[in-house]
Amino acid sequence: MCECCEKSDLSKLTPVFEAFAGDDHALISILQKAQEIYGYLPVDVLYAIAEKTGNSPAKVLGVATFYTQFRLKPVGKNLILLCKGTACHVNGADSIEKALVEELGVGDGETTDDGLFSIKTVACLGCCSLSPVMMINEDTYGSLTPAKAKDIVRKIREASK
Amino acid sequence: MKLVFGEGSCGIAAGARKVRAAVEKLNADNAVEIGITGCIGMCYLEPIVDVYDGGTLVKRLVKVQEKDAERIYKAVADAGRAGAPRPPTASVQQQDGAPLSELADLEISADDKEFLEKQTRIALRHCGLIDPEDIAAYEAVDGYKAIRKVLAMTPEDVIAEIKVSGLAGRGGAGFPTWFKWNAARNAKGEQKYLICNADEGDPGAFMDRAVIESDPHSLIEGMLIAAYAIGATKAFVYVRAEYPLAIVRLEKALAAAKKAGLLGENILGSHFSCDIRIKAGAGAFVCGEETALIESLEGNRGMPRLKPPFPAEKGYTQAPSNINNVETFANVAWIILNGGAAFAAMGTETSKGTKVFALTGKIKRGGLVEIPMGLTLRDVIFGIGGGIRDGGTFKAVQMGGPSGGCIPEHLLDTKIDYKALGATGAIMGSGGMVVMDSHTCMVNMARFFLDFTAKESCGKCVHCRIGTKRMHEILTRITEGKGKEGDVELLQELCNGIKAGALCGLGQTAPNPVLTTIRYFRDEYDAHIREARCPAHECAALKTYSIDPAKCKGCTMCAKKCPVGAITGAVKQPHAIDPAKCIKCGQCAATCKFGAVVIG
Ligand SMILES: Cc1cc2nc3c(=O)[nH]c(=O)nc-3n(C[C@H](O)[C@H](O)[C@H](O)COP(=O)(O)O)c2cc1C
Ligand code: FES
Repeated sequence: MCECCEKSDLSKLTPVFEAFAGDDHALISILQKAQEIYGYLPVDVLYAIAEKTGNSPAKVLGVATFYTQFRLKPVGKNLILLCKGTACHVNGADSIEKALVEELGVGDGETTDDGLFSIKTVACLGCCSLSPVMMINEDTYGSLTPAKAKDIVRKIREASK
Repeated sequence: MKLVFGEGSCGIAAGARKVRAAVEKLNADNAVEIGITGCIGMCYLEPIVDVYDGGTLVKRLVKVQEKDAERIYKAVADAGRAGAPRPPTASVQQQDGAPLSELADLEISADDKEFLEKQTRIALRHCGLIDPEDIAAYEAVDGYKAIRKVLAMTPEDVIAEIKVSGLAGRGGAGFPTWFKWNAARNAKGEQKYLICNADEGDPGAFMDRAVIESDPHSLIEGMLIAAYAIGATKAFVYVRAEYPLAIVRLEKALAAAKKAGLLGENILGSHFSCDIRIKAGAGAFVCGEETALIESLEGNRGMPRLKPPFPAEKGYTQAPSNINNVETFANVAWIILNGGAAFAAMGTETSKGTKVFALTGKIKRGGLVEIPMGLTLRDVIFGIGGGIRDGGTFKAVQMGGPSGGCIPEHLLDTKIDYKALGATGAIMGSGGMVVMDSHTCMVNMARFFLDFTAKESCGKCVHCRIGTKRMHEILTRITEGKGKEGDVELLQELCNGIKAGALCGLGQTAPNPVLTTIRYFRDEYDAHIREARCPAHECAALKTYSIDPAKCKGCTMCAKKCPVGAITGAVKQPHAIDPAKCIKCGQCAATCKFGAVVIG
């Protein structure tokens, strides 16, 4: 579906607006909640948030595009956060990224055709002593090697068949 | 007997929860008590499980795996059944045939014990020792005694005590904490705010995460004391989004504190009221900068403001605000209880107390290290960290992240002190210490940081937005072997311009990684530019692969792996790589069991 004819169920936002009613500084928190609900930030949701919070659509989009957490497109079922922080860099994060790209055929910010995986590089997951590190959904995987990274992804793919 | 699992993020990532689940399954009859704690900082040994007997630590088991669960459970349950109560000092080990001796192979080694024994812990005093999700555990170790003491003092006296301690901000800049508190206290305004900076942006630093995950109440208590001192009744903790566990633990801790009357209206029956709220960041390095953080708290794009006015005067919603780092707050309750003088007794002339470092990279023992200021880098990296792992040689240590620099081997005896570290061109920073060995290319390291700052630049000022981009382009071409004579001088000129012209700390310090690598590793820049050679053999474009015929056994493995068919040779005969076809993917080197692939 293209962006202009997206129709999200906006009623899901009602409890979010209620929770932050009267808080003029809650735009980022509202966007975070909206992303939790929809998995990303659809355009019609951004418009609805703009209207409800009294911000211009430009400001809402400006905030949504400033922070790396926000996505304007849906992500795959499994979101791979690959750390490219300093410790991971020194311990070979580039080779892990290469292995993932080889295995999945997509790169940073992209989603596989089957919708199973998205890759996103991040600056540090705070588990630097286990570097190189990646996080898939809620689980963190440390001390990666290219082979180990491929293996983890393959196992998840198998499990979801 | 009690088993306590180290469940900080690293412990969990290493599998602590899986081991605990396996033990819990066996423990249907509750023969063994089971608990959790945070991060002890020995991340390289995770998962760690501590065995307690009546409150005394009798064994520390390391690198525990799910498959060990059964034997651990059995030994500990048996020891519990066998054990008539012992005097608290007697070690179970010493008792002949005690069931726990079964676990000797999992026990921490004497060498590894040194990692902790050589430290002095204040900010991390409870990390890995108490249950972070239980307020009673914190209260049992003098928790919330400092705030009780403070409520009987005047705010001025509190600030005076912090002044005596010499505590300086641990978030990077090292500004005296008492001075900021005093400025916020004296600022005019009805409503004042206190903000905790838990954005921990330096990629490679994780002490703030560890404190929140392992000892959230000490942060809360430190914040309450600060709020009382400056006269703030509303407080925020701005936590980075990548730390979900920290947010969960802090939420629990805040709820427990509130229930105990330690937060909210009329705290502990006094006239002092204060509320603390969590705000989750949304991923932007620049939001660690205090004025950008304030913009973000207000729901805006995190773009820094021009200073002055400083936040103490006009901060959150233009009201007087004080911002401190997590580690700064984590020291406060200790200082109040033990006195500022006890804190100031540690350290050097210009840097007092202790500092936590996150030791990572090519280090043998990576983790969290808290030491008194004044020790040398060598003490930390070699004395505590055990030096370089895998038999490598030390090349440099990166301190201060994207705002800091790389310190070379001949400066390893530099004291850990704000001034002494600053003189090297690096900074104390928030405590990231990434150790590099001879396989790390320093030009590529500079490129890595400029890639980071160029992406994270908020775009408000031209020097930072365009300048970091240009620097990144030049560094990229050097690492690709396309550098030009004069590139280093051009970089230096850009560095000076950006330092002088950028609006905020992000831009002003972005040149540091470039300047320090040029200063100490100029020969590596020259080798890339003049000889198209990467001395560390890291830059992919400059690598060459060949096969040492003396070592090659002709097993054909590499030829099979090569994705472009660049390797030829008959079975049991030395193979060869055609450099014209080679795409430098390195798979041959990774495959060869005989080390015959030579990377030049
Ligand atoms: C680009 C940039 C990023 C920063 N990131 C952090 C950070 O992640 N955490 C932090 O505590 N301070 C950070 N700081 C420093 C803060 O601006 C501020 O000085 C600090 O939070 C004050 O607390 P302190 O006095 O307790 O150190 C950063 C500064 C700059 C310029
Ligand atoms: S640098 Fe990768 S987890 Fe910190």
